[in-house]
Amino acid sequence: MAATLKRTPLYSAHRRAGAKLVDFAGWEMPVQYQGVIDEHLAVRRRAGLFDVSHMGEIEVRGAGALEFCQGLSANDVGRLEIFQAQYNLLLNERGGVVDDVIIYRVKADAYFICVNASNSDKDFAWLSERARSDVEVENQSALYGQLALQGPAAVKILAPLTAARLDEIKSFHFAFADVATIRCMIARTGYTGEDGFELYCHADHAERLWDILLTAGAPDGLVPVGLGARDTLRLEKAFPLYGHELDDSTTPLEAGLAWVTKLAKPAFLGREILLKQKSEGVARKLVGLEMLAPGIARSDYPLKKNGRPVGRVTSGTMSPSLEKTIALAYVESAEAAIDNVIDVEIRRRTVPARIVALPFYRR
Amino acid sequence: MEFPEGLKYSKEHEWVLVEGNTATIGITEFAQAELGDLVFVELPEVGEKIVKDDPFGAVESVKAVSDIYAPVSGMVLEINDVLPDNPETINDDPYGDGWMIRVKLSDQDDLKDLMDEDEYGEYVAQQKDDDDDDEDEDDESEEEEDEEK
Repeated sequence: MAATLKRTPLYSAHRRAGAKLVDFAGWEMPVQYQGVIDEHLAVRRRAGLFDVSHMGEIEVRGAGALEFCQGLSANDVGRLEIFQAQYNLLLNERGGVVDDVIIYRVKADAYFICVNASNSDKDFAWLSERARSDVEVENQSALYGQLALQGPAAVKILAPLTAARLDEIKSFHFAFADVATIRCMIARTGYTGEDGFELYCHADHAERLWDILLTAGAPDGLVPVGLGARDTLRLEKAFPLYGHELDDSTTPLEAGLAWVTKLAKPAFLGREILLKQKSEGVARKLVGLEMLAPGIARSDYPLKKNGRPVGRVTSGTMSPSLEKTIALAYVESAEAAIDNVIDVEIRRRTVPARIVALPFYRR
Repeated sequence: MEFPEGLKYSKEHEWVLVEGNTATIGITEFAQAELGDLVFVELPEVGEKIVKDDPFGAVESVKAVSDIYAPVSGMVLEINDVLPDNPETINDDPYGDGWMIRVKLSDQDDLKDLMDEDEYGEYVAQQKDDDDDDEDEDDESEEEEDEEK
């Protein structure tokens, strides 16, 4: 493993837990502990704990913070109350996605943006270059540890450790409170499709929080979960992954993220192109595929219809919850109808796949 | 980690059981552990020719696909019919029920390039050492950084 990989504050904890570590976006991260399938099912049935400290945290504050965030993103930041969070997309002038992020409104004029690890530096540069005099942009990524406690038992596990009223923190809301004496931002957000929390704490306390949660949650079946299961869980819910379903040349309308794209809000970067796309229709669309014969469609495998290229796979796996082989793919809009059958070129073979409604998995 | 005696091993982590002119091929315990939960296996057809060092099939975990390289050349006599529906058999019993294909050897000389269980054990240990060395290098570089601070 290259000597330049970054490590989260939980690196030692992962080593102790016997994690298999891999290079993920320049970070030495656990891909699995006991096994991807067991960890995946633990999150769906009980609870799992993820180290997501590699994600970036950028704070935007000042009198112009709202206007600044509005101008660079697709979703309507103006709708956010204090202590509310929002899934959003930073856009470029071509309507392409700079990153998909969660924006937390922490004060009247301060927003905390959780960004993808792979995009952390890019996003900070992007925002800093565009900041005006009434906005401060600060990269706080090194300050934070971030743990995700996800699964149906998450509330039961966390409740005894905090005085925060968890039942009052609704989905996509957050509170500041101690968890076992460790100051945290407790956000009811996550990337697995299950109920759960993302806990932001000072990096120095992350390992203690990790150990406390794992010990407290053990009777309810809480286990550490690696990036392998994080990927299969998000894929079952068809949550996009930057670099696969999203990138700088992909627009939210192509990616099925029209629900995040509020064209009627105050002007924002890329809006004109998105308006044009909306009126004319997009040339390609993100769809869900279910394989009709054995084989796993992997990222970048070509798609064909009657031998003609019609698109490419962005992510694919065997779904541990559904016990089916599923994939996300971009296809020409004319071929994107539900139930249309297209071919996936899997190495030496051609395997038929049916376009299905998303998400693949519903709680 | 188990490396049964009497088998031959390749650097690509396949094992070969030679009986006369027939070779049974699978992947080692080390390989299945590295790959993790296997969920799909792609094997050649009976009658197909496989060529030493070329991929003859693939195994897929939830996360990734890995080619399986032919440790010998020959013609496929038999494939393990259990695997397509039960790929986890390879995780459970890599040297037994998890065997992959049987081939008729086309050149006994191919076997000379394979390792015995002791040599393979050392080879695997060496690979693990290399990983650990990387860790040490990481630690050292971290210390250097600390000194700079």
